[in-house]
Amino acid sequence: MSPRVFGRPGVRPEGPELLPVFPPEYTAAAVLRTTPFHRRTEALCEAGNWRRWSGFLAASSYELHHDREYWAIRNSAGLIDVSPLHKYRIQGVDAERLLDRLVTRNVAKCAIHQVLYTPWCDEAGKVMDDGTLCRLADDVFRLTSALPNLRWLLDNARGLNVQIEDVSDALAALALQGPNARAILTEAAGGVADDLGYFRLTEGAIGGAPVQITRTGYTGDLGYEIWTEPQHALTLWDALMAAGRAHRVVPAGLLALDVARVEAGLILIEVDYVPSHQAVIEARKSSPYEIGMGWTVKLDKPGFVGRDALMAERARGPEWEFKGLEVSWDAMESLYGAVGLPPQLPSEGWRTSVPVYAGNRQVGYATSGCWSPLLKKYIALAHLQTPHSATGTHLSMEITVEHHRKKAAARVVEPQFFNPDRKRSNPGRADRS
Amino acid sequence: MSAHACDAIVIGGGHNGLVTAAYLARAGKKVIVFEKRHVLGGAAVTEEIYPGFKYSVCSYVVSLLRPEIIRELDLPRHGLRILPLESTFTPLPNDDYLVRWADHDQTRRELYRHSPRDADAYDDFGRLMYQLAVAVKPILAMIPPDPTSMSPKDLLGFLKLGKHFRGLGHAQFHALHKLMTMSSADLLDEWFETEALKATMSASGIIGTLLGPRSPGTAYVLLHHYMGEIDGAMRAWGFAKGGTGAVSESIAAAAREHGAEIRTEAGVSEVIVRHGRAVGVALESGDEYRAPVVVSALDPKRTFLSLVAEQHLPGDFVRDIKRFRIRGSSGKVNLSLGELPDFTAKPGVGPLHQGAISISPSFDYLERAYDDAKYGEFSTRPFMDVIIPSMIDPEMAPPGKHVMSIFVQYAPSDLRGGWDEAKREAFGDAVVDTLAQYAPNLPGAILHRQVLSPWDIERSMGLTAGNIFHGELSLQQLFCMRPAVGWADYTTPLDGYFQAGSGTHPGGGVTGASGRLAAMKILGGKL
Ligand SMILES: Cc1cc2nc3c(=O)[nH]c(=O)nc-3n(C[C@H](O)[C@H](O)[C@H](O)COP(=O)(O)OP(=O)(O)OC[C@H]3O[C@@H](n4cnc5c(N)ncnc54)[C@H](O)[C@@H]3O)c2cc1C
Repeated sequence: MSPRVFGRPGVRPEGPELLPVFPPEYTAAAVLRTTPFHRRTEALCEAGNWRRWSGFLAASSYELHHDREYWAIRNSAGLIDVSPLHKYRIQGVDAERLLDRLVTRNVAKCAIHQVLYTPWCDEAGKVMDDGTLCRLADDVFRLTSALPNLRWLLDNARGLNVQIEDVSDALAALALQGPNARAILTEAAGGVADDLGYFRLTEGAIGGAPVQITRTGYTGDLGYEIWTEPQHALTLWDALMAAGRAHRVVPAGLLALDVARVEAGLILIEVDYVPSHQAVIEARKSSPYEIGMGWTVKLDKPGFVGRDALMAERARGPEWEFKGLEVSWDAMESLYGAVGLPPQLPSEGWRTSVPVYAGNRQVGYATSGCWSPLLKKYIALAHLQTPHSATGTHLSMEITVEHHRKKAAARVVEPQFFNPDRKRSNPGRADRS
Repeated sequence: MSAHACDAIVIGGGHNGLVTAAYLARAGKKVIVFEKRHVLGGAAVTEEIYPGFKYSVCSYVVSLLRPEIIRELDLPRHGLRILPLESTFTPLPNDDYLVRWADHDQTRRELYRHSPRDADAYDDFGRLMYQLAVAVKPILAMIPPDPTSMSPKDLLGFLKLGKHFRGLGHAQFHALHKLMTMSSADLLDEWFETEALKATMSASGIIGTLLGPRSPGTAYVLLHHYMGEIDGAMRAWGFAKGGTGAVSESIAAAAREHGAEIRTEAGVSEVIVRHGRAVGVALESGDEYRAPVVVSALDPKRTFLSLVAEQHLPGDFVRDIKRFRIRGSSGKVNLSLGELPDFTAKPGVGPLHQGAISISPSFDYLERAYDDAKYGEFSTRPFMDVIIPSMIDPEMAPPGKHVMSIFVQYAPSDLRGGWDEAKREAFGDAVVDTLAQYAPNLPGAILHRQVLSPWDIERSMGLTAGNIFHGELSLQQLFCMRPAVGWADYTTPLDGYFQAGSGTHPGGGVTGASGRLAAMKILGGKL
């Protein structure tokens, strides 16, 4: 046979860029994966603004600017395709034992249909990943994670009576987040989630599609994540969009989500911390105490991976803390004023490493930041050396004003900049699980 | 005779000899290089054997060209362009395939198709290798200290080395220990379950050695593959535009700019020794040249056993060099093609044609290929590392036509009954026939064919036994033992005589490292 596609006859290609055009199976959209909602999200993505998420194409924003999508999350409801999460099903009489050995939280205490947010560590007590763990039945769990963890689970399960299954492709997931989320679900799922407690799971049907609903999310707002099998994905999407229309549901992309999660003080792996097994040098690794996850470490629980190291670290006190920074508006105003400009604010969340100072000494670095449209504050998430990490400490953060590096005064605060009651409460009862 | 005097003479215009010459000239020395062939480059050479078709006759990928050489000799200004060569495609006999792409997500997806577990393991393995490569890399740029010497400099060298390794974490140190002692098959078996992945990854551990993937010591060579990744951003790894000869040409251009004189078709017949000192060389033409420094960039056998009369060297040293292992294991087939190979496992033309194609379906396959060689035969179903240079640099072939470079193992230099033209062509037939199992259109697409057995590589390029690395990269022939204990610092027992070829630390491949370190030694430790 002769090559199917190769140049034009008689035309000599001049450089590597003029080499053959390959068949469509090699375009980005074909090489990356698309989620079960892609037929809907693709049609809605006016901006054509996609990014990668775990090997999938994910919408950065649907509209040209993510503003409306952000405000939907805070003001009505945003619908976010979160299918690229890794998901594992762990089943068997030893499932609880295995998971209790791996994660820092107490799995034995996890009730059926309860969800735990938890990190897991290596032997040295450094965080490898974080995610949610849900008990579906007595001996059945589902773990979601940002990174692949199959090998880690399998290696640790040797000799135990458990089956571990990567169900990432067997489950499509949508996050419905924002103050109107409950009302939309009431309509779409017939009220099964009305009384659903924070970090709990329930089952039901939406538009005829069997679903699981968890009261979880990555926005720090009232919100749910809805799980279904891929063949029901489009039905689910359509039903939620239909039920949500009157409640102003808006498909939201990752740019909007990013602002929301910074406001909520939610840490992002590979942005705010380096997973320990990816760190080329020791200094890049973090313990749960150093990244605001100390509350998840249950040292009274016997033998879990990293426990000895974490005991020792708790005893001597962590070297770093993960805190919020509020950059002073007055400082911004005077720094920009000096060059004849009003304060220039980032239009999107940023993810670079920015030095933080106490006087002239660098005492930390911020890893994420944004202008909070809701709080009207310039906020950032930062790693601070412990002597300088106490809430209320006055520090400064580097900002670049007209090509010059300056220091803007900033105050250390708790990282949950925005933490509304509706996130965990239920109208019927004062749930504080 | 005085008209023929200069500061330094370099014997051999392979890339290492050229590197030495360039650095010496850069330091202000008057240097002359004598190359036996009509072209420069030695095993790093491009030749237009058939009009319009350019072959990287021997070496075909640039893997470890030292970034400091690229920088210090300003090679990009002298024409060096390293183009990406990023994927590795392994077609399988059952018409499936395995590809490792340049893109992480794409590779993960493909590995996942074969084994979800391996997809995770691949990243972890890559990271560990990267960490180890970072740890081992400084050694490549170091003049090996002499373990038998008590000189402060040598002791300091070992001290530095010891400190360096103590700095490694526990896990890394153990992994390094394993790497030094295990076979690549055993090592990879600990990590992966996909046969084709393991076999293809193990290939970098067997290239250039007369060992199989299950032979101990092959794991270490795997690590060399990852060294290139550290310099990934600099792109010291890939395909040289114009073929591998372009690397040599760019080094030669730098050397000339610094004032070095380079002569081709100027074979050296012997090193002239007076009062126990090398003082010059005699050419095959009969001309003589004098210089206080004579550098041989040939392999150790030629450097010491053919260019210097035995009585000028200590007996035990000569014995060591005679024992130095330099068996040939590899052959090369270069093809001109009228059309691209069409793989039954993945029909049509795709990006895979721009990367490497590896015939390495399983450990058993590779080990069986090695078995043939163990008993003095060439492999009837050999391991092959194939690239299509014209898909990367269109100027390698006329428009619409292609060149294919096939690196083949095993072709033992000690073929039973010896090599001759008929056996060489039979070897070429085995190669084409094996490839045709995966790409049936290949035989019909061949316009020209050049087959090189170790015998041909020795005869035409002057690499003893056709060993591609000027001596095997086995552990007992590395670092302070390369090529002989006490003489790993580029000096020789003959005053005024230095060595700069791949038979010295850190060994073979188009790295230029030996040539650079030799120049450093000659210049008193500083470039
Ligand atoms: C088939 C093959 C494939 C390879 N593939 C790769 C690859 O893909 N990537 C890689 O990194 N490495 C590869 N290598 C290895 C690499 O090419 C060599 O290790 C390296 O090029 C050796 O360089 P050198 O300068 O040390 O010696 P050489 O290249 O051997 O240079 C020695 C020079 O000396 C000349 N000479 C010999 N005798 C005399 C004399 N008496 N007087 C004057 N001149 C003389 C020779 O003609 C030659 O030019 C391959 C080698 C071979 C043979």
